[in-house]
Amino acid sequence: MSGGIKLRDVSRPDSEPLIHLENEDLMPLPAPLEGPEKDRAWAALSEPARSRYECGLDNTCAVNIPKPKTHDEEAQLVARFLSGLDKLFDKENNWTFLQPLLLTMEHCTGCQTCAESCHIFEASGRNELYRPTFRAEIMRRLYFKHVKGGGLLSAWQHGDINVNWPLVARLIELAYRCNLCRRCAQSCPIGCDNGLVAHELRKLFSQEMGIAPREIHENGSMLQLKAGSSTGMTAEIVKDNVAFVDEDISERTGIEVHTPWDVQGADVLLIHNAGEIMAWPENPGAFALILTMAGVNWTMSSELAAYDAINYGLWYDDAQFARVALKHAEAAKKLGVRRIVIGECGHAHKAMCVIADRILTGDLNVPRESYLPLLREIVLSGKIKFDPARNNFPVTLHDPCNMVRLMGVVEPQREIVRALCPQFREMTPHGVNNYCCGGGSGFAIMSGNNFPDWRFHVSGRKKLEQILNAFADCPEAETPKYLCAPCSNCKGQFRDMITYYDLWQKNRIFYGGLVELVVNAMTDVKPGFIDWEWR
Amino acid sequence: MSHQSGCTEGKLTAAVYLAIYAGLLIFLAGCLRRILVYSRTPLHLRWEIYPLPHEHPYRAAYGGSYFETQEWWRKPQVANRRGEWRVMAEEILFLKSLREFNRRLWLPSFLFHFGLYIAMAAIGCVALAMTCGLFSAGIRFAGFIHMMAPLMKASGSVGAVLIVTGACWLLMRRATDPALKNSTHAGDIFNLFLFIAAFTLLVGGFLMHEPGTASLGEFARGIVHFDRSVNISPVFAAGLILTSALVAYIPFTHMAHFIAKYFTWHAVRWDDRRNERGGAIESQIPVALGYKPTWSAPHVGADGNRTWAEIATTNPTREAKK
Repeated sequence: MSGGIKLRDVSRPDSEPLIHLENEDLMPLPAPLEGPEKDRAWAALSEPARSRYECGLDNTCAVNIPKPKTHDEEAQLVARFLSGLDKLFDKENNWTFLQPLLLTMEHCTGCQTCAESCHIFEASGRNELYRPTFRAEIMRRLYFKHVKGGGLLSAWQHGDINVNWPLVARLIELAYRCNLCRRCAQSCPIGCDNGLVAHELRKLFSQEMGIAPREIHENGSMLQLKAGSSTGMTAEIVKDNVAFVDEDISERTGIEVHTPWDVQGADVLLIHNAGEIMAWPENPGAFALILTMAGVNWTMSSELAAYDAINYGLWYDDAQFARVALKHAEAAKKLGVRRIVIGECGHAHKAMCVIADRILTGDLNVPRESYLPLLREIVLSGKIKFDPARNNFPVTLHDPCNMVRLMGVVEPQREIVRALCPQFREMTPHGVNNYCCGGGSGFAIMSGNNFPDWRFHVSGRKKLEQILNAFADCPEAETPKYLCAPCSNCKGQFRDMITYYDLWQKNRIFYGGLVELVVNAMTDVKPGFIDWEWR
Repeated sequence: MSHQSGCTEGKLTAAVYLAIYAGLLIFLAGCLRRILVYSRTPLHLRWEIYPLPHEHPYRAAYGGSYFETQEWWRKPQVANRRGEWRVMAEEILFLKSLREFNRRLWLPSFLFHFGLYIAMAAIGCVALAMTCGLFSAGIRFAGFIHMMAPLMKASGSVGAVLIVTGACWLLMRRATDPALKNSTHAGDIFNLFLFIAAFTLLVGGFLMHEPGTASLGEFARGIVHFDRSVNISPVFAAGLILTSALVAYIPFTHMAHFIAKYFTWHAVRWDDRRNERGGAIESQIPVALGYKPTWSAPHVGADGNRTWAEIATTNPTREAKK
């Protein structure tokens, strides 16, 4: 069953899903996944999940909203939603995004240009539910009716909508069917931003109703503020783990590496996504090696939250965002470093370098930058010797949305890859016109119920098509291929999606970061840093 | 002409003048109100999207930013206004984004918008003639109007035809394209019909030019002097009244996106201004952080008395322990 739904269906009083997707409905993929029969079958939503949680959207469930037990409870939830809606349009509550939100609410002409740019809409087989304006139009009608006063004339001019608990429950889930990649906003002729609408809805649900996916709130930003990292690592544990990484890297490369901690007055405070230390230790290891060999005066911080660059608040909650950004800035101030450098994490780049720029003042406004210009200088300066022949395998580069479209860091990574990878090939399109990996805005860490099936079949599909096309000239398993993804979140999505489609076993598509490619090409390092071992 | 019919025509002419005055006044007031609403919103977080046209031309070409430079804060920010003007001109005149990303809708929308620009140019000519008429009289004004008339007639007619053609085409698209149908309101259909009706009457009335009715120059002079003796054909008068109503109505609809576009592009999409120490942005941040939110979720810790700054400097996991 695909498409055909109307806006009014979101208020449908039953809890039956509005749509159900099958492989036949989806955008076709190239070989080796051409044809619906070669695609993976979808996992069904379990009966316990269906009976306990609100799953009335699309037969998957990302947020796990418990079903209200009484009509009174439903009415209270709707009242809280409407109260939150008002707050979104009030400067005391939402100065952070009031202007862009108002502009988006009041000027969309419904031209659907955004839909042509949305990878989720296209991948779903152009299902109405995932049209960027579908969610935004619900919000717009609610805005005119409940915030601006409504009335017959308003309903005639802007459309009407019936607000009830089923609508709110579906809207909560629908806010988590957008990667916030803002490709739609990039193409809008007016400048409206439907990605922002999803962001603001998530914020309303979190800040007013206390509703957010467990993975990004309790196990994400809250855990980071409690333990120091969303991985759960405390300062002592992270230091132990990094010491182990240093030891391993020293052994693998033949070069002694020692990560410095809490060095007062260092030039660079490097902040990694701490998930790298747990899942891909070769990445922080490679960073340590490169910075050591380049003679950079750098340090890591063991202050609470300052050894984990993630800032999940960026996706759903301004208060959580500001708290984590402040922790990062305070750690830098305490150490008296000259600058903060963000490692391979896209959303951390945007959070700290771009968004936090409007909340940090005085001596908390420590200069912040991406690791990419620094890495480019190291690679191209001649300080370290490289042998590109060590990287003589097909390489393609993924552009993390937060670093590229939303921050404008496009060329440094390309200059590095062009210099070090003889078989580099671009995806189409790339740069600021890239497609999201499908794991953006928290999806890569959201794995409840059958949500991963949706994430691989729908939100990751366009990127998967791009990857397969980039390696179309060498699909055979005999040729190992490297998908370079300089972002932890994107790597998580690629790891899971490549595993899901068995593309490592069958086609030898490997993934990894950029610094691993740099170390792999260093002539002073033992050959074979990239070990082609799946992890 | 009988006295009675002269009175009726005088009333019609007065009604047209009043409609034009009222239409313009309401339009200006509506636009001003809209501009004030958006410009008075507080500083918001940075939310730019690349490419930015005011970057260095080399970077603007592929969407790069100053973040590509190591220690970017030590270098001056590039302000390539020429690039910005070029992109704005392409966007305003030729609807570049629509052409690039939604080709099916581009041609009807382009015809409609370009028609509006031409019609506005014609109105500009009339306004210029009217202004000249205020300061010069008699034969010199008549000569000027005589000289401008063909240009005004041609541009006005072409503009109106393009508007009507574009609006009809857009109407057809909205009626037949399933994607557009789902997001089309009754108001959208009404807006397009209003354009079609107003400009059809306007151009029809103007081109018919019944014997004994005023020339464009006489009409222009009549508006300035509120000269009710100027004879206007009923069709042209209906077109003028309807167009005036349309003009008055625009600022209260999403058709005012010509205002929004300034803010969405310059204040949001292209706003990469740096927060420099002692700079204008830094001075606005404490104001924003001083706002007192009332969000209800417990982890936020807002009670209407605590400021954003206080909330941001508390740790909800530590507060819960207390």
